[in-house]
Amino acid sequence: MATISQPDTHPAQAPATNAIIRVADAHKYYELGETRVHALRGVNVEIHRGEFVAIMGASGSGKSTFMNIVGCLDTLSSGEYFLEEIDVQRFSKKDLASIRNKKIGFVFQGFNLLSRTTALENVELPTLYAHITHAEGQRRAHEALELVGLGERKLHYPSQLSGGQQQRVAIARALVNRPAILLADEPTGNLDSRTSVEIMDVFQNLNLGGLTVVLVTHEPDISQFATRTIEFRDGRIRHDTPVKNRPLASEVLKNLPTLED
Amino acid sequence: MEIVAILRIAMRALARNKMRSALTMLGIIIGVAAVIAMVSVGQGAQAQAQQQIAAMGSNMLFVGSGTISRGGMHMGWGATKTLIYEDEQAIVRECPAVKAAAPGATASAQVVFGNDNWNTRVNGTEPQYFDIRTWAFQEGASFSQADGESVANVAVIGETVRKNLFGATDPLGQTMRINNLPFKVVGVLVTKGTSAAGGDDQDDNIFVPITTLQKKITGQPWLRWIIVSAVSRQGSYIAQQQIASLLRDRHRIRPGSDDDFFVRNLADMADLADQQSRLFTVLLASIASISLIVGGIGIMNIMLVSVTERTREIGIRMAIGATEGDVQQQFLIEAIVLSLIGGGIGIAIGIGVSYLITQTLGWPVLVSTTAIAAAALFSGAVGIFFGFYPARKAARLDPIEALRYE
Repeated sequence: MATISQPDTHPAQAPATNAIIRVADAHKYYELGETRVHALRGVNVEIHRGEFVAIMGASGSGKSTFMNIVGCLDTLSSGEYFLEEIDVQRFSKKDLASIRNKKIGFVFQGFNLLSRTTALENVELPTLYAHITHAEGQRRAHEALELVGLGERKLHYPSQLSGGQQQRVAIARALVNRPAILLADEPTGNLDSRTSVEIMDVFQNLNLGGLTVVLVTHEPDISQFATRTIEFRDGRIRHDTPVKNRPLASEVLKNLPTLED
Repeated sequence: MEIVAILRIAMRALARNKMRSALTMLGIIIGVAAVIAMVSVGQGAQAQAQQQIAAMGSNMLFVGSGTISRGGMHMGWGATKTLIYEDEQAIVRECPAVKAAAPGATASAQVVFGNDNWNTRVNGTEPQYFDIRTWAFQEGASFSQADGESVANVAVIGETVRKNLFGATDPLGQTMRINNLPFKVVGVLVTKGTSAAGGDDQDDNIFVPITTLQKKITGQPWLRWIIVSAVSRQGSYIAQQQIASLLRDRHRIRPGSDDDFFVRNLADMADLADQQSRLFTVLLASIASISLIVGGIGIMNIMLVSVTERTREIGIRMAIGATEGDVQQQFLIEAIVLSLIGGGIGIAIGIGVSYLITQTLGWPVLVSTTAIAAAALFSGAVGIFFGFYPARKAARLDPIEALRYE
C-alpha cells in the first residue's frame, strides 16, 4: 500500500474558511413522461477543503442526483451551486466539460475503464483533453499509478487486473489532472470486503494528503472511514454528522484475513 | 486534443473490429475502384477514338465527286464526272486554309503475283497523299512526282495486300500484275488498321500514280476524290467553306442548285467521337459514383452501431472532460480514416483493374490522375458526410445516461 508522501500532487491548500462545494436551496426535477420526479427538494450543504464526506441514502433518496450536480454532469432546476466559489450553474456544456476535466476526479462503482487499453493509457486519458503535452501527460500518468501502488502493472489491460487493481487504476485516472475534489460513486460496490477496505485506505491516504473526497455509499461500515456523513432521504438532507472514532483503514486491514492466501 | 492522439484512438477503435472495419471499407473500396476503372475505360475509349481519327490524317478533309440523280435514279458517290485534276490544283492555289491536297481515283482490280491473286482497290494519287494522311512506309518509299509525269507502272501496297499476295517474299522491287499490267512495287505502307469512319480495312489498298491509273487502268480522266489537309483543326472548318464555294464557282453551279460534289470534314467526326466518348465516360463515372454513395451509407450504418456499442465509453470520456466537440471529432475522424483507407485501397485496385480492362481491349492505358484525385477527395468527403450524423449523435449523448448504459 502506498503512503501519501507527495503533497504537491494535490492542489495547494486554500484557506479552510472557503467552502470548496457550496450548495444552496438546490432543487432538481425530472420529467419522466407524465410524471414529474422531484429528486432534490431544497438541499443546503457546504463541504470544505480537506474533508472526507460520505453521502448515504437509499436508492431514490437523491444522493445520485446530488453527486451528478456536484460532479458537473448535470445542472440544477433551481438553486445555487458554487465550486471553489465559482458559480458553475451558469457554465456552458463546454466549460462544464473543462471543469470536470480539471477540477473533478470521478471514480465509479463499475470502474469504467476502457477495455483493450492499458492501465497507463486509461490513466492518461484525462490528460488528452487537458491541453497539456503528451510527455507531460505521460509523466503525470506514471506518477498517479505509482501513487496508487500500481507502478508495476502499467502495461496491463483491465482484464488482466483484479477488481481492486482496476479500481486503483480508476483512482489514478481521477487524480491525473490534479483535481480539487475526488468524487467516488459506490467505489466499493463491486468489491469484496477486504478489497473495499484497501480502497478506503487509498482514499484515506489521499485525504490525509489534502485532497477533498466525496464518496457515495450505502454501506455504513464504509461510510465510517470518512470524516463526515451526510444522509439523504426523499431529496433532502436528513442527517449531517461528523464521524466519531474514525477507524484507520490501514489498521483495519491488519485484522482482516488476506483472501489471496 | 492532439491530432496524433485522435488518429491513434481512431486506428485502435477500427483495429478492435478488424472484420467489420474491412467489410465497411469494402463499400468504399469498390466504389472508388469502380470510379477510377470506369473513368479510365471511358478515357481509354476516347483516346482510342482520337487515335483512329488521327490515323486518317491530321485536319483532313475529304472532297468526293457528288451523287447525281438522273430520271429519278440516284447514283452512288463518284457518279459525276465533273471533279477534275485542275480542281485539285485550284484548291491548293486558291484556298488559304488549305495546306496540301492530293487528287485521287479508285478502281477495283485483280492483282496477281506468282501463283497468288487478290482483289483489292487500286488508287491513283500523288506522292503528297501519304504525307497528308501521315502514313509511313515500312519498306521502300512512295512513287515520285516524276513517276506520275512519266506514267510509270510503279505501286505502293498496303499491309493486307502484302500479306495476301507476297506472304514471306519481300515485295520490294518485285513485279506484280494489276489487270494484267506489270507494276513494280516501290513501297510498303505500315499498317493503319480499320478506319474509324467506315470500318473498312485501310491496309487493303494499292496506290499508283494518278496518271497511270487514269490512262492505263480506268481510262477515265476525272477524279473521284481529293484529299485535303487544312492548316489547323480550326482551319478545317474554314477550308471546308472555301473549297465548297471554289468548286461551286468552278463547276458553275447556280445558287439554289445542288452541289455535284461533297466536302466532308474529319474534324466533325472527331468532335462527334469526342462527344460520344465523353458522354460514355460521364455515364460510367456516375454509375460508379452510386456505389461510392452506397459505400458511404455502409460507413454511416457501422458508425451508428459503433456509437451505440460504445455509449459507455462516450460517457466515461465525457465524465473525465471530453467536450461534445471532442467526442464528435473522435467519431468523425474514425469515419474519415475508415473511408480514406478504403479510398487508398480502392485507388490501388482501380488502377489495377484499369490496366486489365484497357489492356484486354487493346486500348491505350490511361489511368486518369484527375479521377484518382477526385476519388481520394470524394472518399474523404464521404467519410465526413456520412460520419457526421453518427458523430453528432455520439456528441449529443447525455453523460449520465451514457455512463449508466449497459
